[in-house]
Amino acid sequence: MLAMTNISRIFRTDLVETHALRDLTLTISEGDFTAVAGPSGSGKTTFLNIAGLLEPFDGGTYRLDGEDVATLNDNQRSRLRNEKIGFIFQGFNLIPDLNIFDNVDVPLRYRRFNAAERKRRIETQLERVGLTGRIKHLPAQLSGGQQQRVAIARALAGEPRFLLADEPTGNLDSETAAGVLSLLHELHESGTTIVMVTHDAGLPAEAQAIIRLQDGHVVGDHS
Amino acid sequence: MTLYYLKLAMIGIRGNPAQAALMVIAIALGVGVCMSIGAVNYLMGKNPIPHKSDQLFYVQLDNWDPNHPFNTNEPPDQVTWRDADALMSAKRGYRQTKNTRYSMVVRPDDPEIRPFQVNARGNTTDFFDMFETPFLYGSGWPSESERGRFDADLVVVLSRETNERIFGGVNSLGRDIRLGEHLFRVVGVLDEWNPVPKFYDLTNNPFGDAEDLYFPVDLPYQISSSLQRTGNTNCWKGAPGGFRGFLGSECIWLQYWVELRNDQERDEYMQFLNDYVAEQRENGRFQRPTDNRLSNVGEWLDKQRVVEPGAQMMLAVALMFLAVCLLNTVGLLLSKFLGKAPEVGVRRALGASRRTLLYQYLIETSLVGVTGGILGLLMTWLGLEAMMAIFGSEAANLMKLDSTMVVATVVLALISSIAAGLYPTWRACNISPASQLRSQ
Repeated sequence: MLAMTNISRIFRTDLVETHALRDLTLTISEGDFTAVAGPSGSGKTTFLNIAGLLEPFDGGTYRLDGEDVATLNDNQRSRLRNEKIGFIFQGFNLIPDLNIFDNVDVPLRYRRFNAAERKRRIETQLERVGLTGRIKHLPAQLSGGQQQRVAIARALAGEPRFLLADEPTGNLDSETAAGVLSLLHELHESGTTIVMVTHDAGLPAEAQAIIRLQDGHVVGDHS
Repeated sequence: MTLYYLKLAMIGIRGNPAQAALMVIAIALGVGVCMSIGAVNYLMGKNPIPHKSDQLFYVQLDNWDPNHPFNTNEPPDQVTWRDADALMSAKRGYRQTKNTRYSMVVRPDDPEIRPFQVNARGNTTDFFDMFETPFLYGSGWPSESERGRFDADLVVVLSRETNERIFGGVNSLGRDIRLGEHLFRVVGVLDEWNPVPKFYDLTNNPFGDAEDLYFPVDLPYQISSSLQRTGNTNCWKGAPGGFRGFLGSECIWLQYWVELRNDQERDEYMQFLNDYVAEQRENGRFQRPTDNRLSNVGEWLDKQRVVEPGAQMMLAVALMFLAVCLLNTVGLLLSKFLGKAPEVGVRRALGASRRTLLYQYLIETSLVGVTGGILGLLMTWLGLEAMMAIFGSEAANLMKLDSTMVVATVVLALISSIAAGLYPTWRACNISPASQLRSQ
């Protein structure tokens, strides 16, 4: 489902050339719960951004659901992202001016669902994360854990096949983090493919595969 | 999606009302100044009879002093009575009219209404058909009423305003009004008609009101000699012999218009003018090189420099002011949209393409633009009121906002805001989503 072959990513400035990823090759199959671990600067987030079609790469091949993403234009990549990928970020990344309902609504608008379908999906996902009573609240009126649950509801509203999570528990206390991990476990059980980037200490027990990165290389792969 | 983007735009504006207000004011100020000066320029240069302006021709003949031209590049801007009379008698155009301006005193029969002075136009009856004056009642006088200076009917066409003033606005056809010492019979009442600029007579204030009444210019001598002409009169040599001598002199004081329906009629008429001047030259007149001119309405407005060069310069300054206001708006929008970079990153991650975001933010700038346009209309109106206070009521016809200008104001504001928003929007849409998501 997700296949990267010899992916490289180089960040250049006038003085320095940094290889964020070097010949990265990996495959993630449908239904997997994969953890990508590594120290800071190992290339985890760059990998996730490339996997989520948010960042270009300088070399190699990336196929998502069999489609060579290098051949897609911006509109096609955006559509693919909208239809197949859900994101959960460490910093939640909710839009502060929009209430909870409207935040979850964002990806559905780009999907051009009708109003009734959008409402159904939003209510279903907010109920799933236990926030039905807060739909008119702004993000700032919620706790960190609640905000992350909204972000999860938003990621799931479009029923993506792929969920990319970038240290989703990094900004949460341990109790709330456990709740979020339990939610991710639940999602995995229901068939969603999850790729979760995390630091070594935060490896989830649910992960079926662990990919360790260092200096942009895969240094370990455990299933 | 447009409604959704409008909703987002409203939320965005509510999120930072002070910034939005600054942008709206900047656009409104720029547009207001630009449009108030633009309105004056537009009305100055507006073609008041566009569908027919290519068929109406102003006639110029060079009867001036052989030793001193009337103007370096132009023959005289009016014609003599004798030439106008001769051209009228020949009737070589499809329609033709000679006309000039008078001042008269109306003495109503109703003792409750005090005598009052009016601006009047002496003309021939084709004037009404040529210039398509709208009639509320009746029509122009029949050509038989122009039987000449010895036996003319004393008839009159009133403007709507004059009819209201004298007869309370009722159908006054057949009623008499006293002009000076003579009774004139009403044969027509015009509906609202006030072309700006007053193209048919640019020698008097081209932005003044149309006349209050119209009467046959060919009146018996004893009447016409007592009338007070208020148009320009220029002579290059004396005109002895009283009023009759004046009519036969080389003094120019009439406007002469001819309606020619196509190029062939125009060429034939020009040939007729050349022949006429050649014939007059044999009689000792027209000693200057032949320089007959036929100018259509647009050409005549250009020649008479109806749009003042100063006004055009003011417009240029106003456009520069608009540019400065827009640059301010660009700065404000840049700050606003770059402040939204994190949101751009999130939206991109959730499936928005660059094009989608461009559209979303252009809707927001358009909303600011339309709001600025509406406020700009108010500013334009205030600007025109201020100019009217400075220049006085003589130019009142220029200090107006017609429907075209209202639409133009809002469209200018919209275009300006979109122009101002393009660069900031483009910058915002090209933000790398990964870098924004990473930095949060």
